[in-house]
Amino acid sequence: MENVRGVEVHYYAICKRKLWLFHKGIRFENDGHERVIEGKILHEHAYPKMDKDVELEAFVRIDRQDGDVLREIKLTSKMKKADRLQMLYYLYILKQKGIRKTGLLSYTKEKETVEVHLDDDGEQEVRKALANIQTILEGNIPPFQKLPYCSKCAYKDFCFSGEADQDES
Amino acid sequence: MNRDIFILSNGRMKRKDNTLYFEDEKGEKRPIPVEQTNSIHFLGQVDFNTSLLHLLSQHQICFHVYNYYGYYDGTFCPRNPKVSGFTVVQQSAHVLDPEKRMYLAKSFVLAGIHHMLRNIRRNGSNDTAYSDTILSMLDRVESARTIPELMGAEGHCRQVYYDAFGQLLKNGMEWHSRSKQPPKDPVNALISFGNSLMYTTIISEIYKTVLDPTVSFLHEPSSRRFSLSLDIAEIFKPLIIDSLVFTLLNNRRIQEKHFESKDGAVLLNSEGRKRFLAAFDEKMKTTIKHRKLNRQVSYRYLIRLEAYKLIKHFIGDEVYKPFKAWW
Repeated sequence: MENVRGVEVHYYAICKRKLWLFHKGIRFENDGHERVIEGKILHEHAYPKMDKDVELEAFVRIDRQDGDVLREIKLTSKMKKADRLQMLYYLYILKQKGIRKTGLLSYTKEKETVEVHLDDDGEQEVRKALANIQTILEGNIPPFQKLPYCSKCAYKDFCFSGEADQDES
Repeated sequence: MNRDIFILSNGRMKRKDNTLYFEDEKGEKRPIPVEQTNSIHFLGQVDFNTSLLHLLSQHQICFHVYNYYGYYDGTFCPRNPKVSGFTVVQQSAHVLDPEKRMYLAKSFVLAGIHHMLRNIRRNGSNDTAYSDTILSMLDRVESARTIPELMGAEGHCRQVYYDAFGQLLKNGMEWHSRSKQPPKDPVNALISFGNSLMYTTIISEIYKTVLDPTVSFLHEPSSRRFSLSLDIAEIFKPLIIDSLVFTLLNNRRIQEKHFESKDGAVLLNSEGRKRFLAAFDEKMKTTIKHRKLNRQVSYRYLIRLEAYKLIKHFIGDEVYKPFKAWW
């Protein structure tokens, strides 16, 4: 599987449409969206002593590395499934290169960390996700679907731009 | 909320540390908060250096240059961080396919006419002759099969619309017909100046998206102009500029004394420009409740949303419906 970023695996688990748009270069993260800025600041300042933005592949970077531990920093723990899948993907990439490491999801604001290990089931999960991602990216844009996270998403204005049907003249 | 800065006087724009200063001819310095600046319009003679351009690039600020007469000359846009080759290819496909191109070209024209009719309705007397005539010509717009045919039909509607101006302008301002380059009377001067502003504002908003500003539908895609901006301006010129012109003239906020005549051209003088710009800025910040986003959005942001809708149309997500004021 080539050219799939960690964040794309995360988006896959949250919103297929966001994954598709991001991959096509239609991005909204840099439009001064509040939560994105918050996330960036957290990313800049958390764990200053560890190695930062370590490149696992040309397209894939991990937030922090501390010896045998990979660390991904998240703003909230509301998307644990997606966070876990993203980490499994990083561990999977390393395993392809014969490297075994442990993953840690850091919810710094909530003072919580979650350990992630790549077992057979996890590997299976990653493979399945990557195959699905490939299918999604080869297809048309996934239709809009209202999700609980929509209200906080940087892509909201794009998805919700449009004219209401009534009062057409 | 980021705003547009208009520099009317001559002087020097410079970077000091990490913000902007404008120094006028008398040496007076005015700070301009770079974080809150959307784009800068230079209407006077202004000096600057590359260190300023670096700062503008960092903050994604475009600047627009106008000549002595207030005509648009050009734009400096920093390197665009937003690139989606996929979208540009799809956007171009909609130009190459005559049917797809006509759909978009008609959408722009029809939304423009919708706003013209709205202006007549809101500012006019009970005389419905003008709007009736335009309505009777809509068929020709809808059934046009080529761009020149569409342009012709639109031109006829616009002619009637401009004929109606005589009734819409209350304070006896002189009005015969639309005249450009040069505008021959104060009303034409206002429209020309306003349209330049509309055009640059749209460029700034398109720039914030992945759309290619040179790939257009109603206007021929051109290498000399950001013609997509002209397309989108069809929708917003009557909605924003014309209604602003009526408001300013009918309330006497701009009067004969705010114009000057130069080489056969009637132009706004500096007080007139100031007044118009202040009103324009105010108008762009005015909000309406967006029916899908379910929150207040400014007129300026409506332009961005128009760009988003076009992207959705190009990538096969949602069929484009132009913005038509419903209130």
